[in-house]
Amino acid sequence: MGAAPASRDVTSYGMGLAVPLALFFLVFFVAPLLQLLWLSLHNDTAALHWGLGQYLHFLTDPFSLSVLGSTLLLGAEVTAVCLVLGFPIAWLYQRVGPRLQTIIILIVLLPLLTSVVVRTFAWIVILGRQGIINATLQSLGIINTPLKLLYTQFGVVIALAQVQMPLMTLPLITALSRIDSNLDDASCSLGAGSWRTFFKIVLPLSLPGVIAGCTLTYAAAITAFITQSLIGGGQMLFMPMYLYQQASTLQNWPFASAISIIFLLAVLAVVSVFTTLGRMSRGYGGA
Amino acid sequence: MAEAQGGRSLVVDAVTHRYPSGALAVENINLDIKGGEIIALLGPSGCGKTTLLRIIAGFIAQTQGRIIIGDDIVDTLPPNRRAVGIVFQNYALFPHLSISENVAYGLAARGIDKATRQREAQRLLDLVQLPTMSERLPRQLSGGQQQRVALARALAIKPSILLLDEPFAALDKNLRLDMQIEVKRLQRVSGITTLIVTHDQEEALSMADRVAVLSQGKLEQFGSPSDVYDRPQTLFVNTFVGASNRMPGVVVSADRTAAKVRLDAGAEIIARPASGALTEGGRVTVCIRPEHLQFVGDETGFAGVVGMSLPLGATVVHEVTTADGSGVKISQARIGETRTLESGAAVRLAPLAPSLANAFPTTL
Repeated sequence: MGAAPASRDVTSYGMGLAVPLALFFLVFFVAPLLQLLWLSLHNDTAALHWGLGQYLHFLTDPFSLSVLGSTLLLGAEVTAVCLVLGFPIAWLYQRVGPRLQTIIILIVLLPLLTSVVVRTFAWIVILGRQGIINATLQSLGIINTPLKLLYTQFGVVIALAQVQMPLMTLPLITALSRIDSNLDDASCSLGAGSWRTFFKIVLPLSLPGVIAGCTLTYAAAITAFITQSLIGGGQMLFMPMYLYQQASTLQNWPFASAISIIFLLAVLAVVSVFTTLGRMSRGYGGA
Repeated sequence: MAEAQGGRSLVVDAVTHRYPSGALAVENINLDIKGGEIIALLGPSGCGKTTLLRIIAGFIAQTQGRIIIGDDIVDTLPPNRRAVGIVFQNYALFPHLSISENVAYGLAARGIDKATRQREAQRLLDLVQLPTMSERLPRQLSGGQQQRVALARALAIKPSILLLDEPFAALDKNLRLDMQIEVKRLQRVSGITTLIVTHDQEEALSMADRVAVLSQGKLEQFGSPSDVYDRPQTLFVNTFVGASNRMPGVVVSADRTAAKVRLDAGAEIIARPASGALTEGGRVTVCIRPEHLQFVGDETGFAGVVGMSLPLGATVVHEVTTADGSGVKISQARIGETRTLESGAAVRLAPLAPSLANAFPTTL
């Protein structure tokens, strides 16, 4: 390997360039995180007495646990909706002409170009009692009384799915475009129908994109404070709002810190499940 | 010979394909291929040979004409119902499946049970001489090995027709020869009617029973390798297959088997009218291969001045400039100490025999 010393030089050069960002992370991410951890290990709001009381409180309190559970469930539901709706779009993108591709990309990216607040308010207009859906269904005579869509789990999932859709679609488009189109033809010429080709070839080979998309969508959905709060209203409580209440309204900073740490660990656990699935998927496809 | 093992015939009947833009991809192609034959579709890139392959496989629906495999018109069948095996240029092995899963893929699609599939996959891997590779992934194999797997995978479905799309283009020269021999051996064993798409004339001539030469979507000639090489029917075939000197001239006299042509380079030679009768006084292009020219000591033939001599190992090629200013190449076998020619030496050249010069009417 004659090139090895040269490539070592190149990487050390690159490390030097990363120093500013590393310092930035150290000061503005790692340090606050450590402070958060330090704070969470105190039993009183003044942070004078060390102890695991905050964690014990959270883990023995059915209400807190139900908030954590419903938040993780919300993430799973949003991710599932995004995957089911996003995959066909990404698949279609690979099979249309360049002009349609531009249109699809534009539609996919459009949500990213408007503020989350604007998008969320649009959903309030659509889902409200006098909103577009209820007005349309009533004028068609399908329903007599307005459906309750806003301030429901369903409403939050739908709104979040739309808001987070690009995070799913973009990795999927990338993953699908990496698949050699000859593989489709090869599968077909070997006698496989389109469903077999999809489940045996396209889906397994797009798994890296599926996992990346799911991880991003999941992480974004469970931490989406604005959309969760506005569409969920007062009736639905998820971790970000719970945390906000404890920190801002009740000034219980140690408990809020403990909530953050637990939430962080829960998210990391779910993400590592996705990653493990991804690693296992290398062996996927065994007929 | 191999027909006994059930290679099915393939008829391409007046197939024309037009792109949505209106441009013709292939135009009125007729091929009548017997069961068990190896056919090469030869032509430069963009000549429509790959389009024709994809039409036969069913990936493209032709605008006009029919594809008949055996006794069946297959035009309405999708690719997965045609039982046509394809080896792609990049092999297109499924990267996430093991070698034996790749080979067994077509059998699984046909609902064959796992034990039979594994047995059959192993039999085919033995056939392509990769018996110990079944558990590996495609990326762990070399290019030549991947190609053997691609062949085994295509053969596993017992296809009625085997299509090979530029199968050897990605292999280096030594390996290419091995694989060409290997493919020919497998084809003889299985007796499957085989179509090889290639732009490599040596490959086409060495492997195929018959060669179909295509240019700009049209079939130029369909015949045995020696027909195509020795008796080209068109100027394109003469210059595309093998090297050829093109010398302009005027017909002095002509009948059906021979024409006397006055070359612009300054000699009268006898040439074979390659595409039908020639008219006296008409302009023609005479094609003579470099290996069919000789130096002559007398006053026959045409004069020229040696430009450069290239010793290519077994042969020596001399570049000669003729009186009308055009360049002519002459190739000589290197026997003992072939005389080397000084640059600027005056020489005279003539064809070895009249039948080795082909005359084509010049189209203006």
